[in-house]
Amino acid sequence: MNQLSVFNLLQLMIRRDLLLAMRRRADVLTILVFFALVVSLFPLGVGPEMEMLRKMAPGVLWVAALLASMLSLGRLFSADYLDGTLEQMMLAPQSLSVLVLGKMIAHWLVSGLPLVLMAPVLGLQFDMSLPGLLVLMFGLLIGTPILSMLGAIGAALTLGLRGGGVLLSLLVLPLCIPVLIFGTGAVEALASGLSVVSNLSFIAALFMLCLVFTPWVAAQALRISME
Amino acid sequence: MLEVSNLACSRGDHQLFSGLNLELQPGQIMQVQGENGKGKTSLLRTLCGFILPDEGSITWCGSDVRDLAEEYFATLLYLGHHNAIKDELSALENLRISAGLAGIVLNETQAISALRRMGLKGRERLPTKVLSQGQRRRVALARLLVGKAKLWVLDEPLTALDVGAVVLIQELMGEHLARQGMVIFTTHQPLAVDGVEMRHLSLS
Repeated sequence: MNQLSVFNLLQLMIRRDLLLAMRRRADVLTILVFFALVVSLFPLGVGPEMEMLRKMAPGVLWVAALLASMLSLGRLFSADYLDGTLEQMMLAPQSLSVLVLGKMIAHWLVSGLPLVLMAPVLGLQFDMSLPGLLVLMFGLLIGTPILSMLGAIGAALTLGLRGGGVLLSLLVLPLCIPVLIFGTGAVEALASGLSVVSNLSFIAALFMLCLVFTPWVAAQALRISME
Repeated sequence: MLEVSNLACSRGDHQLFSGLNLELQPGQIMQVQGENGKGKTSLLRTLCGFILPDEGSITWCGSDVRDLAEEYFATLLYLGHHNAIKDELSALENLRISAGLAGIVLNETQAISALRRMGLKGRERLPTKVLSQGQRRRVALARLLVGKAKLWVLDEPLTALDVGAVVLIQELMGEHLARQGMVIFTTHQPLAVDGVEMRHLSLS
């Protein structure tokens, strides 16, 4: 019996969460259908004015992605909390932050990455240009992990609370505003002929910052919630 | 090895116990007794570091467990009220994952033989949601067979178990103590391990 390295542990955690997501496919599909529905409602509600739709597109897609990723956050730790697995994670002989990072990555793979892949298809409903779609996708690609990471802190803090879901949104959504602003800003910059690099760089910087700090913060929040 | 001195713990405004001292040496087993609500689970959870004690210290080999943190967790096996198994996964997957979380790489043969010893032959690959309450407890208890933890902290390990399984748990505890392991546990059922003096701690 060998000791597991930190990397193996991370892998184990991601594999476990993906396996669980596979066995509970309905949960994942709900998020994707929600995202597709919310985005598709706008062209129906606003009407087929191409000019207006094109302007709204990045904002609508980003807000829908934000809300969709909120949906699954409540379950991020609560299932493990209820069946006692979280206690075992805290007693793991390696850093809890690594396990939390594993859960964040798995959460993104299940509820962030599919949104990135669906976005260009849904963007077509808004008559977005091809470069616009690419910028939107890239922004979502580096922006949605931030939502998962910040969301994990909120999920850890609201663990075991009644009505935690609403509180979670109240905690996390304001923190996601910068990502929203720069994400939509990048697509708008492209439309007005400016460089998209500055907006995307900001998201990338936020991503790096979150990657370094959020696993540790979420792990501490979990320890507080467990008491 | 494990020393607890002057421990006090409260939940909310209610003080559960104070001035609690205990010591556990290799090869010793201790049963925590007390009526419902006297703080047995809280004591065990405090020993695991989930709950911060109001007062007092818990030391392992002379160092505070808060400072040892992960090093202490590596020597500890905790089994709580919850089984920590996933309904969607099979017994085999559950055991291998929980062993992995405890830092142990377990191949399929090892995992299957552990589950068979727990009396789960033919149930290894079924999702645990179709198993009975007692069988699920057995899946959780299979962790006792695969770890190399020195200190076992077991909270009501015998709930939902039949007579045969209780005998098996007694055997496992005996083997663990013979390996110079330590056990601290709570139960409301009579339990004796052959050839070892059972120490008692009463919370009242």
